[in-house]
Amino acid sequence: MSFNSSDIGAFQDIWVFCEQREGKLMNTDLELVSEGRKLADERGSKLIGILLGHNVEGIAKELGGYGADKVIVCDDPALEVYTTDAYTKVLCDVAMEEKPEIILIGATNIGRDLGPRCAARLRTGLTADCTHLDIDMNKYVEFLTESSTLDVANTTFKMEDMNLKMTRPAFGGHLMATIICPRFRPCMSTVRPGVMKKGEYSQEKADACEIQMYPVSISPEDLKTKVTDVVKETKKLVDLIGAEIVVSVGRGISKNVEEGIGLAEQLADAFGNAVVGGSRAVIDSGWLPADHQVGQTGKTVHPRIYVALGISGAIQHKAGMQDSELIIAVNKDETAPIFDCADYGIAGDLFKVVPMMIEAIKAENANK
Amino acid sequence: MDFSLTKEQEMLKKVAAQFAEAELEPAAEEMDREHVFPVENFKKMVKVGFTGIGVPREYGGVGGGALEKVIAVSEFGKKCMTSASILSIHLIAPQNINKYGTPEQKEKFLPRLTSGGELGAFALTEPNAGSDAGAVKTTAILDKETNEYVLNGTKCFITGGARAGILVVFALTDPKKGLKGMSALIVEKGTPGFTGGKIESKMGIAGSETAELIFEDCRIPASNLLGKEGQGFKIAMQALDGARIGVGAQAIGIAEGALDLAIKYSKERIQFGKPIGTLQGIQWYIADMATRTMAARSLVERAAALEDAGKPYSKESAMCKLFAAENARFVTNLALQIHGGYGYMKDYPLERMYRDAKITEIYEGTSEIHKVVIARAVMG
Amino acid sequence: MRIYVCVKQVPDTSGKVAVNPDGTLNRASMAAIVNPDDMAAMEQALILKDNTGCQVTVVTMGPPPAEGMLRELMAMGADDAVLISAREFGGSDTFATSQIIAAAITNLGLNAEDMIFCGRQAIDGDTAQVGPQIAEKLDIPQVTYASTITKVDNQVVVKRMLEDGYMMVEVETPCLVTCVKEKELVPRYMTLNGINDCYAKPFTLLDYEALKDEPLIELDTIGLKGSPTNIFKSFTPPQKGAGIMLEGADKDTVADLVKRLSDRHAI
Repeated sequence: MSFNSSDIGAFQDIWVFCEQREGKLMNTDLELVSEGRKLADERGSKLIGILLGHNVEGIAKELGGYGADKVIVCDDPALEVYTTDAYTKVLCDVAMEEKPEIILIGATNIGRDLGPRCAARLRTGLTADCTHLDIDMNKYVEFLTESSTLDVANTTFKMEDMNLKMTRPAFGGHLMATIICPRFRPCMSTVRPGVMKKGEYSQEKADACEIQMYPVSISPEDLKTKVTDVVKETKKLVDLIGAEIVVSVGRGISKNVEEGIGLAEQLADAFGNAVVGGSRAVIDSGWLPADHQVGQTGKTVHPRIYVALGISGAIQHKAGMQDSELIIAVNKDETAPIFDCADYGIAGDLFKVVPMMIEAIKAENANK
Repeated sequence: MDFSLTKEQEMLKKVAAQFAEAELEPAAEEMDREHVFPVENFKKMVKVGFTGIGVPREYGGVGGGALEKVIAVSEFGKKCMTSASILSIHLIAPQNINKYGTPEQKEKFLPRLTSGGELGAFALTEPNAGSDAGAVKTTAILDKETNEYVLNGTKCFITGGARAGILVVFALTDPKKGLKGMSALIVEKGTPGFTGGKIESKMGIAGSETAELIFEDCRIPASNLLGKEGQGFKIAMQALDGARIGVGAQAIGIAEGALDLAIKYSKERIQFGKPIGTLQGIQWYIADMATRTMAARSLVERAAALEDAGKPYSKESAMCKLFAAENARFVTNLALQIHGGYGYMKDYPLERMYRDAKITEIYEGTSEIHKVVIARAVMG
Repeated sequence: MRIYVCVKQVPDTSGKVAVNPDGTLNRASMAAIVNPDDMAAMEQALILKDNTGCQVTVVTMGPPPAEGMLRELMAMGADDAVLISAREFGGSDTFATSQIIAAAITNLGLNAEDMIFCGRQAIDGDTAQVGPQIAEKLDIPQVTYASTITKVDNQVVVKRMLEDGYMMVEVETPCLVTCVKEKELVPRYMTLNGINDCYAKPFTLLDYEALKDEPLIELDTIGLKGSPTNIFKSFTPPQKGAGIMLEGADKDTVADLVKRLSDRHAI
């Protein structure tokens, strides 16, 4: 077997590593296959899914429904549960044989374990946690025009460049970088879950999808780690400071405290991985325990999303939340100072608005 | 003249600042509200080594001297004055014993104070002997048969007094000789005849327990005499010279902390459509606060450097304490003023800092006593 | 037993992040800190040291001022430190960086009972790649996303965190483990005696001369030349504009909000 990652002419096709857990496809797989389809069309190449597991042949066709031309299935008892050793060996062995031009992997805790190890073994580059991918330079320029502060109009681009342009946030999103891997193949990328849009499912395409069972060889010496137990755990609520999303309530819930807090909790559930906080008024009134307080006397938070429900936005409260990445405020009083620091404000009764928000977010999530 | 810190001192400053921010600041409000001594935080201070500053490693200490004390105490003071006060006053007893103790006394008592987790206390003040330390009435009469001093009397306003494991207590071993009959004794908690009295309710530094100590026929082995009989007043005055640098450090700490808050707030608070920090009135306040605080720090560090160099520093110690204390009140007052109504509310730490700062003008000698000391030193 | 802890000095992004006009990070204006996940790795190593008395060696690649960080880690309890620093190593991406660190560890010696701890990922690049790539290049097993690590003889048991739970993984030494920050895993403070001692502890500088004979080091495996990936463009996203009040407070308003959130990939 000859494999030389710098012989870039020898590589073709776009691969998506399709992660399964307990024999089920992950949502990321469908997002990546949909995105991969788009790229394959830009490149004019085939889109191939590669699925590792045990007794997983049956779930392979579904990938075709989202755009895979073919799915390579590697089936072995040693692949039932993810281990770095077995998966790296199989993925690299098949990649060395088949020489794909691009490999996309979901940036899950498994994908980000597997990706770098494979890239090192294949002696190629990997770009982690991408949020945008382009091959066609026209599309990339379009993207830059929309999403960057660069002077795109006065920059020259090599329009014939067919490298995969992998864009990813750095420094917590303060900077964006587009990375290329021009001298080696396959070009590898892990892609942030939830970012790429899942396409329309087509039963016809699923039926037409070719399934290739690929022989694998794993010997006990290849396996240096052993998984002794896999435990599912619903995410316990993290504390406010580390929270990704915070839903806070203020004096605006006084009309019906129980319902107000209930709504905040439901909204937090709808977002997922969110924590309920409160303004000083809420804590002083004993409606929420003190460790939920956001603000000068409470905790300073900078979550990805901060939702302020019925909070007027006194300076002490703002001191604890104004550095949040995205702020949504709902308040009856349209002159409330909270709206000054909110990205999106809704002037309305939280008891009416929040139930609609819960419903809409649930619907949006189900849609994905 | 080089005002820079050594690499090690920079690291000490960094760890003290991290510790103050992570451990002390979150606890400060509750300590103030509930008047509770920070037991857990004191244990953590011991673990890092703050309680061993100024004592050699052979006795469980971490070495260093007055400057290291100033660095740690002032960093604590920025975030929590009670904790700065506790550390600063704790350090007096081990440094005293290290300076005047016999090898046996050092062996026996120092490791417990530096790394063993016991709190130290310094007991000089009595109800009728405040600024006039010479008016001490507590006696310690030697019982020659048992070779024990019999301690009788009452001390008051003793920081950490009832909680301390090891105390340096000043008493008259020869009451006829007055000041010249005063001696220093090392007293252990739990000695029969020694009880803690009233815990004071104070205006500020509420978490540092300030207690009355009562000695009734309390028998102390003669081997616990610190220095010689009759040396007590000298030991006390020297200890106070060092302790005043500690209070100076507390005072610059709280002033720097208040100044930081005032600068932050004046940039954030919008009135008349712009941050109040753009108003010249506020800028002048900030400039005054910053300049005087820098001056206070310079005086405190100068006194500490003299002490560490083994040179006389009584005058400088008195000056730095006087100036830094008055500045602490000046700066906390203006910082609160800049915060306006919010500063007066307990949501913000300013009102606590304002109350906490006041003590620096009073304890380890009032400002007025310091002026006496300074005038005597400069006028001869 | 020796634990190598690989650490990186990064700009503190928890406060204000300063960006130059050309879209690069203004590092000079930001405080340098030890990468938070690396502090978790450090604490895990020191916990094992508390329990077993093993040797803890901190390793970093970076410019000479990184020595200050290494001294601080020794003041926390590390026994010795290694700084990998050379002009030839500059411009390395994760592939080249892992190549150099793997070479350095080979040079220092990796014995049967040794381990390498890394942070899960660094807050500047967020790649999470260097750890696994060091493992691959040393041909040793890896376990990523570790929240607890216990060791009996040469058997290591790691609790590996997943998005929806965790798995227990058994692995033999020598191995590499990447660690995640956990609420319960609070990095310890430097101690004052640690500070007194840290400048007397062994400090090794590994430059190009010291490593050039390692098989992993070739001019086309290190530095800019040895980096398969290149930055094509770096840019700042459009400034966050002033907030907007959405019209109304009904179903359409909420739908509008959710669409905007979805467009921003916020949900």
